[in-house]
Amino acid sequence: MTGLITMDDLTNEEILDILDDAERLLPVAKGELYLPLLQGRIMGNLFFEPSTRTRMSFETAMKRLGGDVINLGDVKTSSVVKGETLYDTIQMVDGYTDIIAMRHPRQGAAQYAQDAARVPILNGGDGAGNHPTQTMLDLFTIRQAHGTLDGLKVVLAGDLRYGRTVHSLSHALTRFGCELIFASPSLLRMPAEIVSDLQGHGADVTETEDLYGSINDADVVYMTRIQKERFADEDEYARCAGAYKLHAKHLSDVKEDMIIMHPLPRVDEIHPSVDSTRHARYFEQAFNGVVARMALLCRLLGVAVPADVSAAGGAL
Amino acid sequence: MSNEQSMRRVTAIRNGTVIDHVPSGQALRVLEMLGIAGETSVPVSLVMNVPSKKLGSKDIIKVEDRELTQTELDRLALVAPDAHVAIIRAYVVAEKLSINLGEEVVNVVRCTFSNCITTNSREPLAHRLRVVSRDPLQLRCHYCGRPQDLDELVKNAL
Repeated sequence: MTGLITMDDLTNEEILDILDDAERLLPVAKGELYLPLLQGRIMGNLFFEPSTRTRMSFETAMKRLGGDVINLGDVKTSSVVKGETLYDTIQMVDGYTDIIAMRHPRQGAAQYAQDAARVPILNGGDGAGNHPTQTMLDLFTIRQAHGTLDGLKVVLAGDLRYGRTVHSLSHALTRFGCELIFASPSLLRMPAEIVSDLQGHGADVTETEDLYGSINDADVVYMTRIQKERFADEDEYARCAGAYKLHAKHLSDVKEDMIIMHPLPRVDEIHPSVDSTRHARYFEQAFNGVVARMALLCRLLGVAVPADVSAAGGAL
Repeated sequence: MSNEQSMRRVTAIRNGTVIDHVPSGQALRVLEMLGIAGETSVPVSLVMNVPSKKLGSKDIIKVEDRELTQTELDRLALVAPDAHVAIIRAYVVAEKLSINLGEEVVNVVRCTFSNCITTNSREPLAHRLRVVSRDPLQLRCHYCGRPQDLDELVKNAL
């Protein structure tokens, strides 16, 4: 394995192994234990477009494991603004680092960078393409709650057309035999080619506009943000967005162990009244970005996570 | 030019290339892919929708005083992968060229997705499209993974 560009780079067995590694690294991610597995290693953080959670959690992951991070910094002040090609930028950073985490506005940029680099590339999002590290943290969160990924009923709701998070996640969940319900306004439906691709892989997919009618027998409800700029008409936006606002009052008949996830940032799609319910998992999910990325960094750098992390680690 | 001469041009050329067994109705697309549509200094003859034992009906293209290059054959593979190409010299078939559509099409056409990293013409790595299906022909960009629209692809020859 060189880098992680799409979820197709991982077999189901590798996914589960990495999630096991992540599970063991939890005390390190929480700062309860010091385990410098990546001491002396340097990660290049190349974010060609804005990111808060992904960039910060990559940085935290590397530092919790004793590694170091160099940042591209603001694209506006880097050599990119002078017209440097991605190829040249990668050639340079490749010489400075042991691994590169990257986000780029152009689709295919991560694969392109991997072809140009000797060090592994971790795709932190390329245009509307892939975001596999987000998928790994999502899978970690789901397995943490349900103990398994197999055969769960998952509702994906909101903007399914443009959200790369839900595209990647749907493919991964299909590989584990999950039943998928896509709840979205018709304008923001899951692209037809993705639905047919999923069905071609044996997915059980239902499409609906009715979010509230879909959640009662779900194991996971994955909400996404509906962006105003996707709509030509403000009234249409208001009508659609209004039908995808989850409030605590909607949760009276849901399964006890159902979890609500969101890649964040949220706007109005999850009311703060949900935060204090047992179903809310979005903040843990954001934290899990650290532990999932720690496990991926170890894997791509060829560093084994000890079976007994407590015995291997020390106090901070 | 007499009608008789015109007929002869369609039936036999002195020097050039004959592309036979082009899928019926695809001749214009082939010419576009080869960059010999519109203004061209060499005589081009084509017949469309003629009966064929093998295909039912087919198109035939004859390009005079021009021999197709390997790059052009690679482009042809994307629009008429089963075509037969013959190089004619002094009225006889001097060479038969084979069209090979491999696993990947490299530096023949550019990805059709407008936000693909390869749309920046200054990026130096090769343009690569994976052949995911041969019949019907389906291609995906190696980098962005997008399926390619074959009609659009004709306009993206390198």
